[in-house]
Amino acid sequence: MTEPAGPSFTARAEVVERELGDDADALAASDAEAARQLARTWGRRRGVIGWLRDTDHKAIGRRYIVTAFGSFALAGVLAIVMRLQLARPHGQVVGPDLYNQLFTTHGTAMMFLFAVPVMQGIAVYLVPLMVGTRNVAFPRLNAYGYWVYVIGAALLWTALAINSGPDAGWFSYTPLAESTFSPGKRVDVWAQMVTFTELSALAVAINVIVTVLKHRAPGMSLDRVPTFVWASLITSVMVVFAMPSVMLSSTMLAMDRLIHTQFFVPAEGGDPLLWQHLFWYFAHPEVYIIFIPALGFISSILPAFTRTRLIGASVMVMTMVATAFIGFGVWVHHMFATGLPQLGQSFFTAASMLITIPTGVQIFLWLATVWRGRLRLATPSLFVLGFFSTFVIGGLTGVMIAAVPLDLQVHDTFFIVAHLHYVLIGGAVFPLLGAVYFWFPKVTGRLLSERAGVASFVLVFVGFHLTFFPMHVLGLHGMPRRIYTYDAASGWGDLSLLATIGAFVLGLGVLLTLGNAITSARRGRIASGDPWGGDGLEWTTTSPPPAYNFLHLPTVRDRYAAWTSAPDQPVVSGVRADRPELLVTRVMDAEPDHRTELAGASVWPMLAAVATGGLFIGSIFTPWAVIGGGASLVVALVAWFWPRPPHREEMLEAKP
Amino acid sequence: MSSLDPAGPQARSIEGLWDVFWWVSIAVWSAVVVVHVIAIVRARRQRRRWGEADPTHTHPAQTRRLLAAVIGASAITVITLAGLLVTTFVTGNALAALDEDPDPLTIKVTAHQWWWQLDYAPGSPDAAAPTANEMHIPVGRTVRLLLTSADVIHSFWVPSLHGKRDVIPTRTNVLLLRADQAGVYRGPCAEFCGLQHANMTITVVAEPPDVFARWLATQRADAPARLAEPALHGREVFLATACAGCHTIRGTHAGGRLGPDLTHVAGRATLAAGAIPNTRGHLGGWILDPQAIKPGCQMPPVRLAGDDQRALLAYLEALR
Repeated sequence: MTEPAGPSFTARAEVVERELGDDADALAASDAEAARQLARTWGRRRGVIGWLRDTDHKAIGRRYIVTAFGSFALAGVLAIVMRLQLARPHGQVVGPDLYNQLFTTHGTAMMFLFAVPVMQGIAVYLVPLMVGTRNVAFPRLNAYGYWVYVIGAALLWTALAINSGPDAGWFSYTPLAESTFSPGKRVDVWAQMVTFTELSALAVAINVIVTVLKHRAPGMSLDRVPTFVWASLITSVMVVFAMPSVMLSSTMLAMDRLIHTQFFVPAEGGDPLLWQHLFWYFAHPEVYIIFIPALGFISSILPAFTRTRLIGASVMVMTMVATAFIGFGVWVHHMFATGLPQLGQSFFTAASMLITIPTGVQIFLWLATVWRGRLRLATPSLFVLGFFSTFVIGGLTGVMIAAVPLDLQVHDTFFIVAHLHYVLIGGAVFPLLGAVYFWFPKVTGRLLSERAGVASFVLVFVGFHLTFFPMHVLGLHGMPRRIYTYDAASGWGDLSLLATIGAFVLGLGVLLTLGNAITSARRGRIASGDPWGGDGLEWTTTSPPPAYNFLHLPTVRDRYAAWTSAPDQPVVSGVRADRPELLVTRVMDAEPDHRTELAGASVWPMLAAVATGGLFIGSIFTPWAVIGGGASLVVALVAWFWPRPPHREEMLEAKP
Repeated sequence: MSSLDPAGPQARSIEGLWDVFWWVSIAVWSAVVVVHVIAIVRARRQRRRWGEADPTHTHPAQTRRLLAAVIGASAITVITLAGLLVTTFVTGNALAALDEDPDPLTIKVTAHQWWWQLDYAPGSPDAAAPTANEMHIPVGRTVRLLLTSADVIHSFWVPSLHGKRDVIPTRTNVLLLRADQAGVYRGPCAEFCGLQHANMTITVVAEPPDVFARWLATQRADAPARLAEPALHGREVFLATACAGCHTIRGTHAGGRLGPDLTHVAGRATLAAGAIPNTRGHLGGWILDPQAIKPGCQMPPVRLAGDDQRALLAYLEALR
């Protein structure tokens, strides 16, 4: 390594053995003083301004999670309305115009405002704790990402509330989404909201990647990185490769609509299939961006509840990498019906079946882990166990639709609706709910009610299968997706009614967990630092963690840091308590390298997000917004990046 | 309207493939669930018997056995998938086998928001037989569909005959199919295409070749010219009102191209792309207020005096 150049790097951090026993009182006194200093350095100011300025990863992560669950609940309500409309033939609950807005907003919100942000929010909260550091690498960027996301969410929900909700499907196929066939502002809202929220996804991804690669606790070499952190890292790399594709295409669509470019307009030589390629090149990896964090949840929850290490943890990580890699090579299976050449389709059939193999290996490894372990049933483990029987169905229907002939029959029918919900709810939301029950005590310091948790699991599990299993049959019997009505002669009425009843049971189960969270956050049983006997570093600090996460930055000797920590486990010293300093370690072996001082809290990321929002939302109405919003953004960024005044010793060192 | 109720060779080979996947899926799912349940029961019993485990203990011998089981299960997965892949490719080739028919019946299908325009014998104006929404085909003969769209992307799908094929503007997709049994097969549009995506049905009537030949000859002919009252008056109403602006009735000067060709509309079983049956009451309601039946559709309401309305209905019912 080259010698670090800046003055703030001159004092190298080091790992020291803490000599316990000798002089315990003095040690306690110095710890108390360090805690006071750290709380001053990392804590946030009081009041609304302090809240807006906050750049603590835990605060940002909590906000992401709460906002995402807000969108989840709203999008769930839209689903209930759709199920009511479809409960009987010739339903009269909503008309086609509103129905199209409902299913478009449901899909858009679930994908862009719930599934990805909630996984990223949990990563923002947990990753620094799991790798044993005090914040993410770029806290202001992190805050900016959140504010951008929340403005995007507000845009979509406001648009729907004023009857301007997007109505061309969450996939916005051209030319239907072009201004000729979708006049008005609805699809503009969709396009700009997509570009906008993916900006936030990129901000989180960059933060997670750098935090994982450069801020791990000494000793946490890559082979000791916890599985959830690996999952977050892999997901983040996928985000970096996938999101630009959709941001590009949604911007091209917005330009087609707003300034009359012709990227996707067939009458002018544009290509509607180009849109599908660009969109699915993003949207299939998106499924894995949602699913891989769930693999991380399962791999964190199972060891805690079976009291044994994950069997084949390294294999698990490699299969995640394989899934992420192959996930970029399967997008055409969404386009089998477009009439592409047979040979090309065969390639994507093979790739889509290939991706089953790493997923199969993951399931086998978890089953082996349960087999070896001593299982304790509680809400987190119940949701994880419910995942298996559910997700395997989604995986098997996935193999079916990888086969071109079968896909040609069931594509764009309710069979696909069933498949995707088995994969996304069974594969991602079940583990997510398990994760909520698992980490809620860490985040709030209080446990969720177990009784309500078990009841919620039963309702969610039964309601889910009741809702979505019949849809397989409906699809095979020819019921297409995205229809607002159907004829009694079709024979789809009974199973549709069953699905609607199931949706209410499922909704009740989700509502029970949301209510449980709201009441338990105030009145739940107080949680210890480690209520489940978890294996990660996050369980070695208090619940909730202090603003500075760890009084002494920890070191690690194993993947299961909390289980294997020795009584005389060394800690890091030499990182200042009076400045927001992070320890920087090396990518491969996590040996201490240098220290870095983070930028402090600031209100400018929030203002920059507002300027970005003005730019994107304003551009729906006038091109001048690009200039006005761009200029405001420049001002906000200048203020954001304004250098802090040098510390005193830096001034001294600067003198000749 | 079910993909599990095939009436043609392609739908039948897809159903065969479905059977293979279905039984493999049942086997795989059952195996996973059985192992899963045993593992849960076993792991709970171990906890009851031995209490909390020391999580740092690695159980090397047992782990080796479990890893061997994981490797074995993975190998079975790979072999199963390889088998399914080969079966899929074999079926794919079977679907393409209709290519070899030397004399297919060619029909040009143009999708519109929200109806299907059908042109028999495209490219030979003398033999042209434009119609809409109800496609008659001869049993046992390969039909070659040239699919294109006038506006947005739609998807042509008749589950009993074959899988779907997207209908994309400025492109022509070719779909070959064949019906082996006479019957009426319905198919919904299978690509979201806007407000009335739900009401865009194609009806395929497969009939014996001689019946089909008679039907086609009828379709080629102009509309019947000898009419009695009130149909005769109805024709005047049709030609004098907005109707003629959008619809063609061959043999009259009504030559509009925005809506379906109505030359032989009375011969069709349904109206408005399968939305309503073709009866006098439905037809009258449709003309009076199409937006109540298919909100957002392109057809404006046509309000007529009672006599004119009755005459118009009589005329349209005469268009056999």
